[in-house]
Amino acid sequence: MINRYTRRTLALEIVIWALALVELAPLFALVNMSLKAPHNPSGAFQISGEYSFANYVRAWQTGHLGAALVNSVIVAVVSVAAILVLAALAAYPLARVGAKWPKWVFYVFLAGLVIPGQLGILPLYTSVFRLGLVGNLGSVILVNVGGALPFAVFVVTTFLRETARDYEEAAALDGCGPLRTFRYIVVPLMRPALGTVAVLNLIAIWNSFFIALLFLSGSGSETLPVRISGFVRTYSADWPAVFAALVISSVPILAAYFALQKYIIQGFAGGLKG
Amino acid sequence: MALVRRAIDELGSSMFSVEQPSATTARPSSIRRRAWRGVRVPFWFVLPALAVYAFVVLAPSGQGVLYAFSDWNGISATFDLVGLRNFVTVFTDPLALAALGNTLVLAAVIMLLQNLFGLLLALALNTRVRSGAALRVVFFAPVVLTPLVSGYIWSYLLAPDGGVNEVLRTVGLSALAQDWLGDPRFALGAVCVAILWQFSGYSMVIYLAGLKALPADLLEAGVVDGAGPFRRFFSIVLPLINGSVVINLLLTLIGGLGQFDQVFAMTQGGPGNATQTISTVIYKNGFQLGDYPYATALALVMAVVVGVLAFVQYRLTARQVER
Repeated sequence: MINRYTRRTLALEIVIWALALVELAPLFALVNMSLKAPHNPSGAFQISGEYSFANYVRAWQTGHLGAALVNSVIVAVVSVAAILVLAALAAYPLARVGAKWPKWVFYVFLAGLVIPGQLGILPLYTSVFRLGLVGNLGSVILVNVGGALPFAVFVVTTFLRETARDYEEAAALDGCGPLRTFRYIVVPLMRPALGTVAVLNLIAIWNSFFIALLFLSGSGSETLPVRISGFVRTYSADWPAVFAALVISSVPILAAYFALQKYIIQGFAGGLKG
Repeated sequence: MALVRRAIDELGSSMFSVEQPSATTARPSSIRRRAWRGVRVPFWFVLPALAVYAFVVLAPSGQGVLYAFSDWNGISATFDLVGLRNFVTVFTDPLALAALGNTLVLAAVIMLLQNLFGLLLALALNTRVRSGAALRVVFFAPVVLTPLVSGYIWSYLLAPDGGVNEVLRTVGLSALAQDWLGDPRFALGAVCVAILWQFSGYSMVIYLAGLKALPADLLEAGVVDGAGPFRRFFSIVLPLINGSVVINLLLTLIGGLGQFDQVFAMTQGGPGNATQTISTVIYKNGFQLGDYPYATALALVMAVVVGVLAFVQYRLTARQVER
């Protein structure tokens, strides 16, 4: 009796779709504005007047978005790869060694979940500066990885703890060494947890602004969000070009989302499911 | 400590229960107790992660706590402890006080409304509606957008001749049209609108995962016993999705208290100090003006606020499970 599609269900469905249109309206305005010729006076939600693709060319060339796009890809891919490798390595002893210390080390990692990044940001800036990394993509990668490790270690370790040890024991009986056991038995076992960590961090790092602003702003190697913020400051009068730049920076992440939405939503819901 | 440990166990055991139904089922304790049959696990595997984490998080946070009580200027190697002087400066500075107030208001609004919207959307999508999957994709889409980008979109929509006022004028409500971001009375609320637009879908997805895991027979038992929809929600559904509630409240609390990107894009803290948050002031005074003692003290205040509020929130919501 709960499960019948009644007239009220239909009404509900219509109401939610109306809300969904409101939710999509800003994205429509974004694309609409990005395609309008400069000096087209029509509003953000109106389709009228002259349209032009030239905004994209202008934004791409004057905004130097191509280089920024490459930098963003490098930062995201290298950071996520490093997070996965380090978290997988750390989770193995933390989940499997029966002594007291893995417990305490695990709690030390967990502390990172509640320490706000702002607390250490100024001392961190000076240590990274001393390493000579400010203005270098390596700085952002290092900070991204360190900041992401508490959550990644937490997810992978708790997952591995809930997984039976039979395969590892069988491998040991067959004379498989610890490194090969890790590579061929443990890592494949961890795959669902590693997938969740990869999805969440790929999106978070692609979108991250504050860290990249601190370490890369004004250098030759800005990531997309930093470049966009510089572009908006310089060309704030040229809204069509600004919106074209915003679309260019959003297309990769939105395309990935619509292609992989099932896994991405699962990652967000599953990784933090209550 | 026991509380924290219980929280961790609760989080840990609830994870992946959808994808891995077998993982959370009771496991004979003999497996854990049984001696390892000759498997050597290299303890040093943990060292690389620990080193990076210590360099990026642990050491700077420890230094941050220390420097908050000192006159450290970020450049010279030496510094003197100055007691509570920096905190006196912070708590007598109108900018810091405005930022603290704004941050608390913003976090409270986001925590309340994002959870309300997320829960209502999740409940609506968890019915027999036919296009639930498509609707879920639509409402979640803004979550993956760069917060800075969504801030810029909204700063255009909320401009004096932007999209929001355009809509108001079209439907004959031009009296309500405002300079939303230029008026100190509306600016903070306008920032909240942009954040809620972007992240309500995130809360929705977490609530949906909780609702999908509800046992159908309990709900049917409620119907059979004559409980109305509100009674069923408060007595059956809400207690059973408590885990989702706790996570969502924590995420929105921490996200709201740390808010930087959208404010940076929309108002830069203005007009006046109407939308300054703790993070924007740390950025401005620490990195732009180089006032390190002030900024480290404010950062420590923020850390304490986050820690205390998260602890209180967890205590309050976790109690409901025990009842």
